[in-house]
Amino acid sequence: MARYEVYVTYKQGIFDPPGATAERALSHLGYEGLNSVKIGKYIQIDADADLATVREMCDRLLANPVIEDYRIVVEGEA
Amino acid sequence: MRLGVVIFPGSNCEQDVVHAAQTLGIDVGYVWHGDTELEGFDAVVLPGGFSYGDYIRCGAVARFSPVMTEVVRFAERGGPVIGICNGFQILTEAHLLPGALLRNTGLKFICHPQPLRVERSVCDWLDLPEGTVVDIPVNHNEGNYYCDSETLRRLHGGGQVVLRYCEPDGSLASGGSAPNGALDDIAGICNERGNVFGLMPHPERAVDPLTGTTDGRPFFTAIVERLAEVAG
Repeated sequence: MARYEVYVTYKQGIFDPPGATAERALSHLGYEGLNSVKIGKYIQIDADADLATVREMCDRLLANPVIEDYRIVVEGEA
Repeated sequence: MRLGVVIFPGSNCEQDVVHAAQTLGIDVGYVWHGDTELEGFDAVVLPGGFSYGDYIRCGAVARFSPVMTEVVRFAERGGPVIGICNGFQILTEAHLLPGALLRNTGLKFICHPQPLRVERSVCDWLDLPEGTVVDIPVNHNEGNYYCDSETLRRLHGGGQVVLRYCEPDGSLASGGSAPNGALDDIAGICNERGNVFGLMPHPERAVDPLTGTTDGRPFFTAIVERLAEVAG
């Protein structure tokens, strides 16, 4: 059994309204030096599956390649 | 001519579509998301709502419903399919239409009557003259149409941009007229063949004079006339 941590984020250049709102709110709270804040999704999968299968899960359902990129971190035994 | 309205778990505009069709004298019936055939239906509506709770992404789960295999096959054979709001999102997720619907840029769920301009297009579902302005309600949180520049070029070149958000006089504001940030003010597109149409506004809510305007009527009557012509 392996644990896969999947991070889904918008592709470069796609406007992320929740991220922009968080950025503005942090700036209102007085934090300086903010360059950008992006909000994405974290998906944790514990499965008897190889990396290729988890990639397939991302391509078919978990991420939309038109607007999103994903990154998979393999955390080993769950 | 019989119109089929698909019900996904979380659809909530299917009764509005049925009411609109019945008001216009169109024979209509429901199709369940678990159904594996569309026998007896001549055109299909994917209605608005929040299919499967809009989890993962709007339309991402609905696209894998058993009935969608048949909807894709129906569309590929040239069968007329219209996706309204959540239905539009499902059509993009199912790759029957290009692009995607992102969160509204203003962060608000928008719900109001919206002027829309009819573009010159190959869409089978609409036969209004180019430049006609219709007033139809929008009601969504993820209606911000996006596609890459190559796709946008193809949409414009192929007459696939069907409807654009506009000002009440039909003009487009220089900073954009879309209330949701949609690319090029795009409110509705069709596929290359013109039989698959997706739009964010809700024409089914603009059919009965009781709810304000009847500008939504042609969105249902044109396809009936076209199918009658084909049938001879």
